[in-house]
Amino acid sequence: MDQIDLSLPKISPSFPPKKSGQFLETLRGLKRDRFYYLLIILPLLYFLVFRYLPMLGVVIAFQDYDPFLGIEGFWTSPWVGFTHFTNFIKSIFFWRIIGNTLIISGLKLLFGFPAPIILALLLNEVRSTLFKRAVQNISYLPHFLSMVVVAGLVRSMLTVQGGLFNQIVRLFGGDPIAFLTYPEYFRGILVGTTLWQEIGWGAILYLAAMSTINIELYEAAAMDGANKFQQALNITLPGIAYVIAIQLIFSIGGLLNAGFEQILLLYSPGVYGVADIIDTYVYRNGLLGRQYSFAAAVGLFKSLIALLLMVGANRVAKWVGQPGLW
Amino acid sequence: MKLSRGERIFEVFNTFFLVILSSIFLIPFLSVLSTSFISNAEYVRRGAFILVPEKIDFGAYKLLLNSSSTVFTAFLVSLSRVVVGTFLNLALTFPLAYVLSRPKLTGRSFLTMFVFFTMIFSGGLVPNFLVVENLGLVNSFWSMILPGLINPWWMLIMRNFIMGIPEELHEAAVMDGASPWTIMTRIMIPLSMPAIATIGLFYAVWHWNSWFDAAIYLSDRAKYPLQLVLRAILEAGLGYESTGTGIITASELTEPPPGEVLKAAMIIVSTVPILIVYPFVQKYFVKGVMVGSVKG
Repeated sequence: MDQIDLSLPKISPSFPPKKSGQFLETLRGLKRDRFYYLLIILPLLYFLVFRYLPMLGVVIAFQDYDPFLGIEGFWTSPWVGFTHFTNFIKSIFFWRIIGNTLIISGLKLLFGFPAPIILALLLNEVRSTLFKRAVQNISYLPHFLSMVVVAGLVRSMLTVQGGLFNQIVRLFGGDPIAFLTYPEYFRGILVGTTLWQEIGWGAILYLAAMSTINIELYEAAAMDGANKFQQALNITLPGIAYVIAIQLIFSIGGLLNAGFEQILLLYSPGVYGVADIIDTYVYRNGLLGRQYSFAAAVGLFKSLIALLLMVGANRVAKWVGQPGLW
Repeated sequence: MKLSRGERIFEVFNTFFLVILSSIFLIPFLSVLSTSFISNAEYVRRGAFILVPEKIDFGAYKLLLNSSSTVFTAFLVSLSRVVVGTFLNLALTFPLAYVLSRPKLTGRSFLTMFVFFTMIFSGGLVPNFLVVENLGLVNSFWSMILPGLINPWWMLIMRNFIMGIPEELHEAAVMDGASPWTIMTRIMIPLSMPAIATIGLFYAVWHWNSWFDAAIYLSDRAKYPLQLVLRAILEAGLGYESTGTGIITASELTEPPPGEVLKAAMIIVSTVPILIVYPFVQKYFVKGVMVGSVKG
């Protein structure tokens, strides 16, 4: 175990082939591999229907799609070009939801990214295996809870009538606060909840990387008089730097995912100003408001920028000498 | 090895900090757990969120788990979703992972790209919804199963695991005249069991915890999975008053438990299955993060 490799095999454009000789060879290959192709008919059908068909469905973003026409609506609805996109960009909500998405996501990155690294560094210094394992097991338990349960825990911790946080507020002589309804607290609650839920899980990868560092490096450093802190700084951190780099790059690739389910379960109209993100906006307008075409346009806008971010992140990964995702 | 004074001080602080941190992970559970046992009488006197209830009262659980309640039905829905869903997930994920792991497969790079592209680009919420709607899956159990049949990321983790199985085994079996089917069922599936178990658990937990797909596709309360009923109880109140349409019909109860207590009990009911399996399966989860990502 000397290297963490997140890469996929290199994809070369050998299929579909260009020359006719290659074409015949491919046909022969397909015949030879017919058993394998038979095996993956259903999986491929799944990808076509549930992953690629929706990509064709984005045509409604350029139409005034009428939901009552059903499938027929996909080709009989009038074309409106980029109207929905320009309406979205010109609307007063544009900067609000873009801003909220980036701010919430950015805050989660700012606090949520270093936290698992620090936890992993601290756990790495624990000498009792039993204690280390106990802390680890407890720390990633929240990762396996459903978002509904997490939101339920957050609500019950923060409730006005005697929730844990308001008991503390009372203890210091304050009046109970309905935390979730205050715009000034809401983003902090989101970030705190994410930290609570994901820090332990995030630490696993770093701990795994740390366990691959050659133990002789520490022995040599100790011989030279380096203390634990210096060892952590000069051996452990550089030893996991490549994992940190790749994780950071791909966190930036996923910057537009600010935590849809979490926000949907915790927000209320009073905090939309600080909490409404692209995903929640698409959900409310599209599925609740039934403005399918407009919401599809907003969603496509997001998907395209997310794709660009991902491609960019992958470029950066390769530029710093990492294998990248593709 | 002797520790310096500074290192000893650090160790004390580190231990102390990690104990505090662990309790932060646990306190919300413990608080909700103790709340769920508060009796009506004590609630009236002391309110909800007492660290240690005077008397353990099962009133809320009796109401929730009564076999005619919505919660009980939802529990069964969630259970069938986990069983049926996970089975189908694996039945489709393994073959694809296996086939993509064959080194000399014709069109392998194209197929990998075909799958991989869906990981970085998607049609978005509305087009996905319209596809499910036009397939006539709305308000059907299958709307929770079919759209998520294969998770590309987990499929690739499984494929990476299978690629780690020595190719010589495969070649030797071919030499011995084994058919591709025999090779797959007698050699590759048994050898892939660790990955199948791990990814199966990933799918199972995902099914148990999912709610958003159910929320947008299901309209019939009787078809709701547990997480969705939990959400309805947490958000929309308890529906005591409207016995016909409410989530919990308390008509036969003379003294329904207080709302906060019932909510707490509901959180516990929907978490307990995870907590029960957690000690047995957590090492698989941890392996799952590293299978396919850490190569040695």
